[in-house]
Amino acid sequence: MSCAHEQNRGKVKVDDNRYKVKGEFHVAYPNTPIFNKQGKLCGVTNPRDMTYIHSYGAEAPFFEGLSKGVLKGTKCENPDCEYKGSVYIPFRIYCPDCLRKMKIVDLTAAAKKTARIYTYMVCERSGAFNTLDKPIKFINVKIEGTATILMSYLYLGEPSMGMRVVPIFRTKNPTYTITDLSWVPDGTPKSKLPKGFSF
Amino acid sequence: MIKFSKQQLKIPKMMRPVYLVTGGMSEFRRAFPEKRTEELCVEALTMAAEMINMTPAELKSYIHTCYYGHFADHFGDQLLGESVIHDRLGLDPLGNIGVKTGGATGGSTLWEAVKAVASGYSDCALALGWERMDEVPTDEGNHLISCAADKDWETPLGHIYTGYYAVMAQKYWQVYGKSEDSFRKTMAEIAVKNRGYAYHNPFAQGGMKITVEDVLKSPVVAYPLRALDACLMSVGSACCIVADEKTAFKMCKNPLLVYVAAGTHTLRPADRRDMEIPLLPNETKNTYKDLDKRFPGGELYPGFTGFLAARMACYYAYRMAGIYDPCEDFDLVELHDAFTISDIQSYEDVGIRPYGEGRTYVESGDCYVTNPKTGKPGKLPANPSGGLIGCMHAVGATGLMQVCELMLQIWGRHAEVHGDAKRWKSFGKTKPKDWKDLQVKGAKRGLAISHAGVGSHVTATIVVDPKHQLKGGKA
Repeated sequence: MSCAHEQNRGKVKVDDNRYKVKGEFHVAYPNTPIFNKQGKLCGVTNPRDMTYIHSYGAEAPFFEGLSKGVLKGTKCENPDCEYKGSVYIPFRIYCPDCLRKMKIVDLTAAAKKTARIYTYMVCERSGAFNTLDKPIKFINVKIEGTATILMSYLYLGEPSMGMRVVPIFRTKNPTYTITDLSWVPDGTPKSKLPKGFSF
Repeated sequence: MIKFSKQQLKIPKMMRPVYLVTGGMSEFRRAFPEKRTEELCVEALTMAAEMINMTPAELKSYIHTCYYGHFADHFGDQLLGESVIHDRLGLDPLGNIGVKTGGATGGSTLWEAVKAVASGYSDCALALGWERMDEVPTDEGNHLISCAADKDWETPLGHIYTGYYAVMAQKYWQVYGKSEDSFRKTMAEIAVKNRGYAYHNPFAQGGMKITVEDVLKSPVVAYPLRALDACLMSVGSACCIVADEKTAFKMCKNPLLVYVAAGTHTLRPADRRDMEIPLLPNETKNTYKDLDKRFPGGELYPGFTGFLAARMACYYAYRMAGIYDPCEDFDLVELHDAFTISDIQSYEDVGIRPYGEGRTYVESGDCYVTNPKTGKPGKLPANPSGGLIGCMHAVGATGLMQVCELMLQIWGRHAEVHGDAKRWKSFGKTKPKDWKDLQVKGAKRGLAISHAGVGSHVTATIVVDPKHQLKGGKA
């Protein structure tokens, strides 16, 4: 990517319920031919460099919360729901049973006190556009009192089932994506946290 | 949804029987740099016509509606690819629709075609699937596949689908496999078997003669899964033609009864809440009363170890087709062996073995065409085609390839098609001198499982020789 393109990279704002876009959102590279060994034309490349504009909708408080060091879930408080009181992380906007909009709850303290690894995987490879360091230590975290088991990644240490972990948050230069949430073994000192992350 | 209502558990009813009339496949490869997708689709449809001694034009004259399975538009940078293929097959102005359910796309496509005939809307329908996974470099392909996970909560975590799957594999490996070396070898045996069977299949991409040691020494993808534990990434096409009884017997002399049912579960395994195990016809509550004691860590169902969608697809399909005990009532199965470990998990979901005991299906030798322990026919051979590990995983075509293979086996025409030296040659291959006939002798009934990643969609397709239809209950 050229320096000029980097500086002019597309940005989006919302104004009066509309997207206002500024800068470059795509780069048009010319296509190139594909020949076989004998010089016969087989096809062409079709380069694409695009940027999607994506709304978080009512999940935005979760991603904004990560940037402030808060882990938010949701709770069904519909007295008529068969599963009232269920707490969800991943954050769901509506109760999957009664479809009533749920209440946002702060799970930061519960995560710090009770989170354990339910299962995990150390992945040596990644796909294009990955921004995490490899190997990626995928972990699924169970927080007491929740009905679900959140997928995330362990930043320090080696994962094992049942291991106590605590959440850390990218509060400096947040990306506002799920990668702003990570986990470290319980007892990890603040000095060992990766750059930009805090408890 | 944790509990199911009576209405939700209703056994699906077809308004009339549906028959599988014929099917066909293209060759499967990692890439076809000199072939367009439509060429592969035409090859599949032409083979389907040849199987019942028709010309493609004659076969097309029966088709009333078309169902196209093509999962990943973004691989080919072509939306509405169904319309392109429909036109190139010369099937306009018939109605057509595209079907997309991840890895289960092939099975779901057949599900739609079968329902169209069962309802009376069409007397004959085409289910045709394909995938074009060679139009981007592999790492971009991995990203595109990872877009089938939740794009806000999972995809940014590595942009690699294997990781989302592998956390489930790890849980099963530690709880039910108890992290034993012997279990790891059992997993490897599946890869050896399926790649070995694919060696005798001219359509297959990944036929190889390998050993357990080769699998155990192959590079780690996501521990304990290694490169040779994984399915292939493929390009190719497959199709099935289904019809009502009158039309089916007009088109060919021995059409086969076909039943398809489907189940789903949350796209994010994160959201899978604890529930009771839905029971298959031959199971009771006692079957699982002490499961968590025998396998500590297996307290939650489906947790991260079972695929509820597969269980539900079979819950419906077995009762539709009168299947009581899959091990007794089926003669062969084509399972969705995306990874060796998910293959073992599937044995339990579909009831070949109870939960927790999947490994014994391999270790007993029951899953082989010829049981290596006894030298006699295996009780329930799995994936004589080579499956996804040995034959192919051209996503939209996979579930249809499996059903074509069941059809050939039940027709007793496996050797005619797989052993045809001309076919090998037409694919630019030489028929192996030690080619083996993998016909399952006397095959009357078969099961195919088509499964989307992390078990979000699963279909169960049952193919039955109408002379051997079952009424349900214990034999």
